[in-house]
Amino acid sequence: MRVIPSILGAAVTIGLIILLNMQLPVAGSKTPRLGSFLCPQTGFWQNAESANTLYVVQLKSDKLKGKVEVYLDDRLVPHVYADNESDAYFAQGYLHAKFRLWQMEFQTYYASGRLSEILGPKSGENDIVKVDQHFRRLGMVYAAERSLTEMENDKTTKEALDAYTAGVNNYIDQLDASEIPIEYKLLDYKPEHWTNLKTALFVKYMAYDLAGREEDFERTNARSVFTGTEYEKLYPYGQDLMQPIIPKNAVMYEPDERLPVPAIADSLYFTFKPGPVVDSTAMALADSTLPAVDSTKIAATPAAKPTKPAAKPAKAGAVKPAVPKPDKDNGSNNWALAGNRTQSGRPILCNDPHLGLNLPAIWYEMQISTPAYNAYGVSFPGAPYIVIGFNDSCAFGFTNAERDVKDYYEIQFKDSTMREYWYNNTWRSTSFRDEVIKIKGGGQRVEHIAMTIWGPVMYDASYPDPLNSGKAYACKWMAHEPSNELKTFSLLDRAKGYIDYLDALSYFKCPGQNMIFAAKSGDIAIRQQGMFPAKWRRQGDFVMPGTDSSFGWQGDVAIEENLTMYNPGRGYVSSANQYPYDTTYPYYQGGTFELFRGLTIDRYLAGMENATVVDMQKMQTDNYNTFAEIARPVLLKYLDESMLNADERKYVDLFKNWNLRSDAQEKAPTVLQLWWDSLTVCIFRDELSQSGKPLPMPEKATLIEALARDPNYQFIDDIYTPEKETIQQIVLKAYRMAIPAMRKQEQDDRLEWGAYKDGGVRHLLKQAAFSRLHIKSGGGENIINANKGFHGPSWRMIVELTDEINAYGVYPGGQNGNPGSKYYDMFIDSWAAGRYYKIEIASRLDMAKHKGLTGKLTFEKKS
Amino acid sequence: MKFVVAAVLTALLGFTIVLFMPWWSVAVTSLIVAIAVSQKPLLAFLAGFTGIFLLWGTHAFIIDSLNKHILAPKVADILHMGSSSMPIILVTGFMGGLVAGCAAITGSFSANLTRK
Repeated sequence: MRVIPSILGAAVTIGLIILLNMQLPVAGSKTPRLGSFLCPQTGFWQNAESANTLYVVQLKSDKLKGKVEVYLDDRLVPHVYADNESDAYFAQGYLHAKFRLWQMEFQTYYASGRLSEILGPKSGENDIVKVDQHFRRLGMVYAAERSLTEMENDKTTKEALDAYTAGVNNYIDQLDASEIPIEYKLLDYKPEHWTNLKTALFVKYMAYDLAGREEDFERTNARSVFTGTEYEKLYPYGQDLMQPIIPKNAVMYEPDERLPVPAIADSLYFTFKPGPVVDSTAMALADSTLPAVDSTKIAATPAAKPTKPAAKPAKAGAVKPAVPKPDKDNGSNNWALAGNRTQSGRPILCNDPHLGLNLPAIWYEMQISTPAYNAYGVSFPGAPYIVIGFNDSCAFGFTNAERDVKDYYEIQFKDSTMREYWYNNTWRSTSFRDEVIKIKGGGQRVEHIAMTIWGPVMYDASYPDPLNSGKAYACKWMAHEPSNELKTFSLLDRAKGYIDYLDALSYFKCPGQNMIFAAKSGDIAIRQQGMFPAKWRRQGDFVMPGTDSSFGWQGDVAIEENLTMYNPGRGYVSSANQYPYDTTYPYYQGGTFELFRGLTIDRYLAGMENATVVDMQKMQTDNYNTFAEIARPVLLKYLDESMLNADERKYVDLFKNWNLRSDAQEKAPTVLQLWWDSLTVCIFRDELSQSGKPLPMPEKATLIEALARDPNYQFIDDIYTPEKETIQQIVLKAYRMAIPAMRKQEQDDRLEWGAYKDGGVRHLLKQAAFSRLHIKSGGGENIINANKGFHGPSWRMIVELTDEINAYGVYPGGQNGNPGSKYYDMFIDSWAAGRYYKIEIASRLDMAKHKGLTGKLTFEKKS
Repeated sequence: MKFVVAAVLTALLGFTIVLFMPWWSVAVTSLIVAIAVSQKPLLAFLAGFTGIFLLWGTHAFIIDSLNKHILAPKVADILHMGSSSMPIILVTGFMGGLVAGCAAITGSFSANLTRK
């Protein structure tokens, strides 16, 4: 009689187990396998590490040559003392893996177009397969493979990479399934072995982030919408107010040495819209289809960009990019003061790279001490060496060059097989790369990528370009060139002086960087280093014809033409992503450059006497807004306040009485932001809505310079109205349009800048519970403290090169990437408050006696 | 008394087997205990449930305390279980208990089956 209940019981039990062993779809995403995930012996509970954990490891490996001792200090910063260099990289690999394994692997999955493997075809709103397609077709894997060959041809780099990889894999191999980072358990996959290629992929990921931005298709579209004159006004080369890294008047070349523009460019490349012949029918049509300006909508979304007018009867609309462009503010500040400007009489070097603010952080702080050198700073989980830091003799840091090194060439294929394309009057053969995208949950997608003399064909019939033109375009990108950027870091870590610095730089090709240097000897220097294409004026702004070699890059800019500023009389060097040289530089410096941050820095440094590290801390976290200083008189000059009632005047009064500092508690920065966004819409929306396809947004600097210079600026006029608007009308209209948004912010208690910006540090999976959100902080775009919210100073470092180095640093994250560790977000509060940690660069013996050590790791050769 | 013995055995064996086998092997040990320690089906269920509920719940509770409640609230938030530790500790215990209980009741039924 008990047979049926037995079977029933067994069925229920087995059913329950099966259910708990599956990833269940809930609200668009999938749960982890709950049984295993919640089981205290295997699941996430195992990642909840004890707050008193001491990290003790003793291991032996035949990959080691000698002995390494690692001491973890009270902030969990490892101090690595190795008998020889390759063992140091083994230890570095092991440490990166121990504390950042999931992150380092995830970043390389992203870079190599493999996210579908772990996230499946969709994740929330995002089409993950499209993201993968983008990186495959851009040639990220191709680029990494080429650079890996170059790196491995260098004996010392190869040795370091091999040791690093062995260290990572040593950690992975001893890892029990219950100990893998929690993100693996959430997404239900396992770590795979590290390879040298993954390190190369990470380097290419940084190249993408820092030298992967361009607007070639948007600009190509602009070319058909605007005349040549209009284009120059909207997207000028250079800025009136610019203060290049190498100051103006340091004219280096006669203008006639410039690269000649190819003769055929006029007919094939500079094909702007012809002069202003107004077609009344077209105008009327355009007018009728122009969506009415919905002021509430614009006001409610402060960041509303007029680049995307709504309905436009375009036959084929724009293609929505799967991957947003790298942030245009991926930049940084760095400066170095000579001894004659400091209290100690020794140079001080400062650097703060501005990147997306993520958890786990992009940086991992550490000291590496070997018989050859002793360096301290931040490293990239995923690669060996200290990247930004200092050693016993000198300090070094980077800001991004922002030059355009990524162009597109239109390919004329003979037929749809893409086997041959027209080049220099013959049919040339392509080769193919078939990249397989595996998709979690079954299935795969093969990207059949034609390779040309220019590079991989990124856009073709199977993958339309952003303008949906139906044409094929190959991407030529400096990051595709074989290079060994890691060698620069390796040589900087051991640099003794200026000559070593120059030698170290010479290996760095992409992403171009403003590399700053200061030494105990008193030397300071800066150079924009990278491999840059020699371009004629406006070359690469637009997509280029790929049928003719005359449109190719005219070789590379010779390395000695990357000018170095060495011990200048003014006693300082600095960079903040501005133009490196003025526009008389013989090669075209296409790209998007910051203006205002550099002006602030230059002003401060020029007046700096007897500087101390405290002065530098104040400066690095300074919220003074030079853009506002320039914009305020212009806006107020043209705002007719007599047209405003008392309620409307409230906000402009805030703005008038502002101290021009974008501190968290100030309200005026929010007023400026909303007013400025609204003004941008009022001025450019009509012009930019002439095309239903993307157009580049003119720079902030372009607009403010134009308004300051010329009250009759051409684009003030709304081309869809019969009358001619004046600047007064537009400034008032913009202000009024912004009022509802200002009011809304005020009602929501979000008018204060910190609350309005509402920033934070986000987990790489955008998982809110693993993020630190709603951090109210000052700063922002164009400000030295470039904290835009989720983007900003990712590592603040100050190094005073006294006999015993006096250094400070902080980054928005923590040394342990495990969300279950108290070290996970340990530094964020200090960082947000503008505080620093004193950096301890100690000898092994001092470190061993250090109070408050949080762990010790010993690595030894297996005998 | 049988109840306590069954619950304790379920917990002990359940802990031991998961050191070597996947989490669901607790069902196997719970089943074996229920066969070995013969009880009425409902009591067997409760003994299996109690054994693993207490084992997993206590284990999770201890981990959470040592962790100073850093991780559990975060995971609870992701799984829509509030934003404190206790609910997810209870759910952990309940889930394990339910699997063990179901296995135990199956064991109890089949034990009676073989005896008749």
